[in-house]
Amino acid sequence: MADKMTELSPLRRILGGRAIWPLLALAAILVVAGSVSPNFFDIRIVEGRLFGNLIDILYRAVPTAMVALGMAVVIGTKGIDLSVGAIAAVSGAVIAWRIQAGDPHGIVLIYALLAAIACGVWNGALVAFLGIQPIVATLILMVSGRGIGMLINLIYGGTDPSFQSPFLQGLSTGSIFYIPTRLFVFAGLFIALWLLIRRTALGLFVEATGANAGTSNLAGVNARLITFTAYVICGLMAGWAGVILTADTHTSDPVSVALYIELDAILAVVIGGGSLAGGRIYLGMTVIGALVIQALTTATLISGLPPEYNLIIKALVVLFVLVLQSENARRGIMSKLGRKS
Amino acid sequence: MSALFNKKYLPFYATVLVFVAIFLIGGGIYKNFLSSRVFGNILADNSFIIIAAIGATFVILSGGIDLSIGSMIGFVGVCMAVLDSMGWNPLATSLVMLAFGFGFGAFQGWVIDELDIQPFIITLAGLFLLRGMCFMVTINSVPINHEWADLYSDIKVGLPGKGILRSSALVMLASLAVAIFIAHFTRFGANVYALGGDKESARLMGVNIKRTTVLVYATGGIYSALAGVVYALYTKSGYPLAGSTLELAAIASVVLGGTLLSGGVGTVAGTLFGGMILGLISTLIIFNGSLNSAWILIVSGIMLFGFIVMHRFLVGFFGIRD
Repeated sequence: MADKMTELSPLRRILGGRAIWPLLALAAILVVAGSVSPNFFDIRIVEGRLFGNLIDILYRAVPTAMVALGMAVVIGTKGIDLSVGAIAAVSGAVIAWRIQAGDPHGIVLIYALLAAIACGVWNGALVAFLGIQPIVATLILMVSGRGIGMLINLIYGGTDPSFQSPFLQGLSTGSIFYIPTRLFVFAGLFIALWLLIRRTALGLFVEATGANAGTSNLAGVNARLITFTAYVICGLMAGWAGVILTADTHTSDPVSVALYIELDAILAVVIGGGSLAGGRIYLGMTVIGALVIQALTTATLISGLPPEYNLIIKALVVLFVLVLQSENARRGIMSKLGRKS
Repeated sequence: MSALFNKKYLPFYATVLVFVAIFLIGGGIYKNFLSSRVFGNILADNSFIIIAAIGATFVILSGGIDLSIGSMIGFVGVCMAVLDSMGWNPLATSLVMLAFGFGFGAFQGWVIDELDIQPFIITLAGLFLLRGMCFMVTINSVPINHEWADLYSDIKVGLPGKGILRSSALVMLASLAVAIFIAHFTRFGANVYALGGDKESARLMGVNIKRTTVLVYATGGIYSALAGVVYALYTKSGYPLAGSTLELAAIASVVLGGTLLSGGVGTVAGTLFGGMILGLISTLIIFNGSLNSAWILIVSGIMLFGFIVMHRFLVGFFGIRD
């Protein structure tokens, strides 16, 4: 058996690779969507902005992809952050609150992100310094965070949490050179995070901590500090998603903003090949994972199926990708392939 | 006697103590709060969450997690309502739905064991799948009008004082008794604790990991389905969005009840009190009348925080895990 595994044909090496499946899934979804609706790939310019299904997929995937990038770092430490949706709700509520209070809108953005960072600090402290299991520690903020958002709305009366802000709405729904501004925001965040993870030792430390916290501590990595930092980064990314989503609807809605985004973000990381067992960060593949989820949603809507089918198709595709990624299932498929040839 | 003072049960005693304390505080603030009527209402209003949480306790004791609870409650609800409108007897529908819950849970457990994928992700797919199926069954709110459903809701048992135990509370208490029996007096129960304590040791001791995993998720599924049946009969309707995020409340009840999410430590009875603490908090805030419902979420979060830190302390101080 071991001999067979070492001399794999090129085809089987590709089939056995991690990166190929999410990309293949994305391509398959696009091809199916293209064959169902012939003008799926059309891109046109309307009111100084590019429009089309492909642009739409990128545009709508941005908030999930932002959260998923932060989640990828946390999952890299063998953690998980369930509170990202609640953090987005808090940062959205802070935007409405500070705009009503009359702050300059650039400052409002900073307040919103600081609130998100504070949430990340809370999660990070519980996990890293109190040693509470990540899923339990972040459950606390997941349960209470939307309540905190609702309370912030109450501070200024709470009757009308809507606001007008050319600056923030520009960030979310505007466009520069025909391209939606939020794509630039996302690209900026992605590059910054990539530089932080891959051009400093932080990524290595995170992966070491996730693989084995005890050993990396002995090797001189401050595992607690690294874990703490991961949750702060995740909080900040969730805050950005809250800013984009809240500015999009220009109203703070803590009850339903970014609902289930934690689940989509975790899915994006897993589809991108990250393991919940920690030790690996794949930033680029995580973005592909978020695109797979959004492409699926858009393709379902375009194909004329009732929107109710979206969740079912999502579940089935997720299962399919997971089965392909599973070592056990792959070994089963491979041994069948081997038997045939 | 010394068995009762086992340090393993410290988190459970703490949960009961906090429940009694909150109830007494409520009685101190509001006249008529400290009555069997309020107690009976808390049991009835939270019965479906507690039933689902009892099932989740098994899953969490085994070291897993089940996110599909809320969607299962919604799906069972719409099936009950739609089959009712097609003339089915609620009792027959309930049995079919319980069988479905068992089968669906068993399938989730099988996939988790066979593919060796984290339960979090598989049951997340289950959450999406069942919620999508809710919308395929119906996108409207459908009422349940059947004389058997009326008969069911007329069942009640008097408590000392003016309180009554409604049918949903009775179903919950019966399912709790069954769960306590399964957890503490059967081989399967012992296997669940062993699996959650240490999977490899359990395997070496001869626990059939696959069988236990499948049965654990099947138990979770049948309890979620029962919660859905109780919820549908209690509200006398089925609505495709019913039960959204209830998995969260169920997991929170389990944690408040003294079960460690890392598996292997905890009691089913604790979950009852965990669920009742959550119910008590919202009842108190509703009793107040002037507080915003946001406070229910925040106080629940604070309670969770307090309990989790307390467990951490108890585990570290008394070495409960050993």
